[in-house]
Parts: sequence; structure tokens; C-alpha cells
Amino acid sequence: MNYLKNVATLKLDVEKCIGCGRCIEVCPHEVFALENGKASITDLDACMECGACAKNCPVEALSVKTGVGCASGILSGILRGGEACCDKGGCCG
Amino acid sequence: MTNCCCKKQKRHWITGEVKTPAGKVPRIETRITFRDKLGALRVRFAIGRMDYTVPPGLYTIGEATPESPVFVTANYKLTFDYLRCELGGTDGWILVLDTKGINVWCAAGKGTFGTEEIVNRVQQTQLDQVVAHRKLIVPQLGAPGVSAHEVQKQCGFQVVYGPVRAEDIPEFLADNFKTTPEMRRVNFDIHDRIAVIPVELVLWFKQAFGLAILITLLGGISRAGFSLAAAPRAFGLVFTGWLTGGALVPILLPWLPGRAFSIKGLWAALMLWPILSAFGFLGTLPIEIAGWGLLLTAIVSFMALNFTGTSTYTSMSGVKKEMKIAIPLQLLALIAGIIFIVLGGLQ
Repeated sequence: MNYLKNVATLKLDVEKCIGCGRCIEVCPHEVFALENGKASITDLDACMECGACAKNCPVEALSVKTGVGCASGILSGILRGGEACCDKGGCCG
Repeated sequence: MTNCCCKKQKRHWITGEVKTPAGKVPRIETRITFRDKLGALRVRFAIGRMDYTVPPGLYTIGEATPESPVFVTANYKLTFDYLRCELGGTDGWILVLDTKGINVWCAAGKGTFGTEEIVNRVQQTQLDQVVAHRKLIVPQLGAPGVSAHEVQKQCGFQVVYGPVRAEDIPEFLADNFKTTPEMRRVNFDIHDRIAVIPVELVLWFKQAFGLAILITLLGGISRAGFSLAAAPRAFGLVFTGWLTGGALVPILLPWLPGRAFSIKGLWAALMLWPILSAFGFLGTLPIEIAGWGLLLTAIVSFMALNFTGTSTYTSMSGVKKEMKIAIPLQLLALIAGIIFIVLGGLQ
């Protein structure tokens, strides 16, 4: 199952990549593959922007805008005029 | 929610204590009892789920030695139970982080399951005195909050990401701390989807009930005055929508057309609409059929959209994009539906 096409904000700076493979190890949706000793994004649409790859990249070659992918969280964020938050929503069970 | 007796309660899953150079460490049971299962059922239905925690700190299972592996987990009791159950027969240490009773993945997203908490907890429990090695097995779903290289820099412990599911831990240990691509992949199969249905339904029950009352009141106005005649239809259809969007759409998720959840909900509603209409559940006048059908569609689509929060593969950018279009249309359908229902009642 894939979600909407071409929306994920994941970016890889191949120049910085040292090919350690951490991103492949932490990604829950097999977005990356190692090609010629460097990481590459092979399935961008599978990215759910969890941010695990960027957080664990030792050379900061990856960037992604993370946040709760949860409608009620985003809605309550908009209504309260703050950040999206799901403390009281059902998304974090 | 009051749960005052909980603190006095003896923790039935602690079976004893083990002496270590860093003090006494409680030993825990790896079998899951009826009480654990009952507790799990309660949280699945969102009853007292905010109180379902384990005190953070270090625990031990089996006959752990300084060479035994350290497993890091959240202090949500359900998570903790999964882990200890799967570790039956293993000797090891469990480092429970303070994630405020939230599961690993969500806590990692919020940052409570994170680098700082791991480093603090390692230092507070004097883990370096308890174990001879310098390795932490962190569940892969904790990775959005944990920076492995930072943890190593700050406390000297190397982070090894373990499998997504606790059930794969025995294989992971047997294979010398290696995860397979299958172990790293997050699925969202029918069992996963069914497990999260009750929480979603319970959370929207009040709103559905309120909406049904509102429509009973508005739909009950006729030329002859007010009656409660609209109540069965109002409650029947609001809750049909609630159940379809909250349960049927999640079950049929991969088979419903479209990528956006609100579209999947729309399709479910469009299939249901003619069926309900054919059985006469939506009334006889075209304006009634239109009104109740629009109401149903708005509810199903909205409930389906909300399932993005529970699903395991939707991104924030995607949900935002979907909401920008879906929410105004759902609101429009709801308002138009209510207007038609009122007009139908007046005819």
C-alpha cells in the first residue's frame, strides 16, 4: 500500500553520503537501497516522513520534514493555532 | 479518570530482585497472565489507557549476566508486555524509558523515546556497572527519536537497531544481532488494522452521538410541529457512517480504490448509499435520499480520513495535502445534507 504520489519531503544529498547503510537499517518502508557504495532513494512514495533516516545519518546527508501524519492531530493543531499534536487524539495508541 | 488504587497495587509481574554492582534490579516474569490480557483489552477499547504504564528503569529477565544483552523499550505496559513475553527463555536486561506511557513509535515521533532519555536512563541506572559490554538493542521503530551516533558519543553505548516486531527477537539474537529486510518492514495487514479499529471508534463515539442528536432535532421539524420521528433514521445513519468509516474502510483498505483515505471512504459511502436507499432507509422523497446520503458520505469519508493517524504508512505532507481538499468538501456535504434533511422534513 502506497500513499499519495510525490508528496514526501525526503531529500538525499548524495555528495555527503558515505554509504554507511544506516538509513536502510532504520527505514520501515524500504525507501532506500545501496547503489555503488552510496545510498539512493528507490521508493520515495513509500516514505512516511518518520525521520528515522535523517536522525541517524551521521553526515547529515538526509533531510525530511517530519510531523504527525494524523488528520485529527493536524486539525486540532489548526483549530488551536499551534503545531499539529495528537496528545489527545486517537493516533498514538 | 481515577485510578488511585493502582499505585498501592503490587506489580504482579515482578518476581524478585537481583543484586548488581549498581544496586538491586527487579526480575520480571516473562509469562503473560490473565490480568495482563484483561488490561490489554481495556486499552484497546480506550478505557483508562493513559494510566497503563510501567515505572521506568532497569529490569532483568532469566539469569542475566554482565554479558547478557540490554533491550531498550517504552513504559507503555502493552509494549512492555509484548517484549517480556517474547523474551521468555532469554537472559537479559530491559531498560524501560520514560515515554509517558506511550508506545515506542509514537513516543519516538514526539521525541520522548529519544537520544536524551536513553543517555539519561543509562546514566541513572548506572548501566555501565551492570553490564560488561557497551551495546543497546533499541527497537527500530524508536529510530525517529534516537540518533545512534549521538547516543554513542554521549554515553559510550553503541545502538543496535533490533526488529520492528518483538516476535522476531529470538531470530535476531540467533543471527548475531542482524535484522533481515522482512524484520525491518512495517506492515499493515488485516490483523494490524482490526486491532486499531476499536480505539478509533470509541474516540469518535461522542461526536457521532452529538451529531445524531442534532439531526434528530433538526430533522424532526415538520409542518405539523416537532416530533422525534427522525430519531431512528438519524441515529441509524450517523452510526452506520461511523461504523463504515471507522471499521469497514480500515478492513477493506487495500481493496478500496484511490490512495487518499477520504477517497476510499467516499467509495465505501457511494456503494452503501444505493443499497440503503433501495431498502428504503433513506426515505422516499428525492430530497430525503439526497440529504441522508450526503450526511452518510460526509461521515464515512471523514472517519476514513482520520484513519490516516492510525495507519502506518501515511506521511504528514500527504495527510495535509489530502485534508486541504477533503475537509472543505466533507463539511460542504455535511451542511448540504443537513439542509436537505430539514427541507425534506418540512415537505
